[in-house]
Amino acid sequence: MRRLFPHPGLTLLLVVMWMLVLNELSVGGFLLGLFFGTLVPLFTAPFWPERPPVRYGWPLIAYGLLVIGDIIVANFQVARLILFCRNRDLRSCWLSIPLDLQSAEAFTVLAGTISLTPGTVSADISTDGRHLLVHALDTSDPEAEVARIKARYERRLMEIFR
Amino acid sequence: MAAILDFVIAFLIVLGGAFALIGSWGLARLPALMSRLHGPTKATTLGVGGCLIASMLYFPSHGMSWSAHELLITLFLFITAPISANMIAKACIHGRHVYGDAVAKYEVPLPRPPHPDAEWATFGSTEAAKPE
Repeated sequence: MRRLFPHPGLTLLLVVMWMLVLNELSVGGFLLGLFFGTLVPLFTAPFWPERPPVRYGWPLIAYGLLVIGDIIVANFQVARLILFCRNRDLRSCWLSIPLDLQSAEAFTVLAGTISLTPGTVSADISTDGRHLLVHALDTSDPEAEVARIKARYERRLMEIFR
Repeated sequence: MAAILDFVIAFLIVLGGAFALIGSWGLARLPALMSRLHGPTKATTLGVGGCLIASMLYFPSHGMSWSAHELLITLFLFITAPISANMIAKACIHGRHVYGDAVAKYEVPLPRPPHPDAEWATFGSTEAAKPE
């Protein structure tokens, strides 16, 4: 079972996406999706020698909902900045966030989350993989912003990628 | 019931359109490249998201079949938007490093990574970081 499906999460994702592209529930579509879902992880398995154990469960769903909520709230904040804030009043700054996460996949998810929530864009990672470079559009207190990102997103990701 | 649904759909379309407009306006008026990046990342999330949810509500309520493609559009946007923003940010960092601060009049200076031996990954290693 493990040899046939080296990456069960990817197999599931491919099957679900194939069904969504087809836009109908049919046995033939499911079988073809399962065919691709089996072949693609088998052929791409050499690209990820060390797979981090991801826990597909309630923490992952809760994290997704939290990010969607934050995106909506932050959209309104940035819209207010763009419409009503003068350029010289913007306090843009770079944040370097110390990372406690271990795997590259976890870094990617954290960086993607930071970029998707408006107001912050992740720009780079340090060569030793211990710090993430983030640009913030307007912050009164960079230290507090770093602490907020660590407490809100990184701590939850630590539970998902362990 | 249909009238309420139409109100919700209209509200979502106007909301999405307004956010796409504000995002583009931010792209035009913000002062520096890095702060300009914040405008488009916003348009892709709530701007497109509002229009897609409206589309998912509109077609079933008007007798046409429900389509799952909106979910896929959202998924692909959420995967690609941070990556393109990251590429532009890397190009910005690199450009400033090569051409100096002349290209970055309004930019905030880039901090060093806190660890002394480390460098930002755009520059690869500490030896390769210095331009001629």
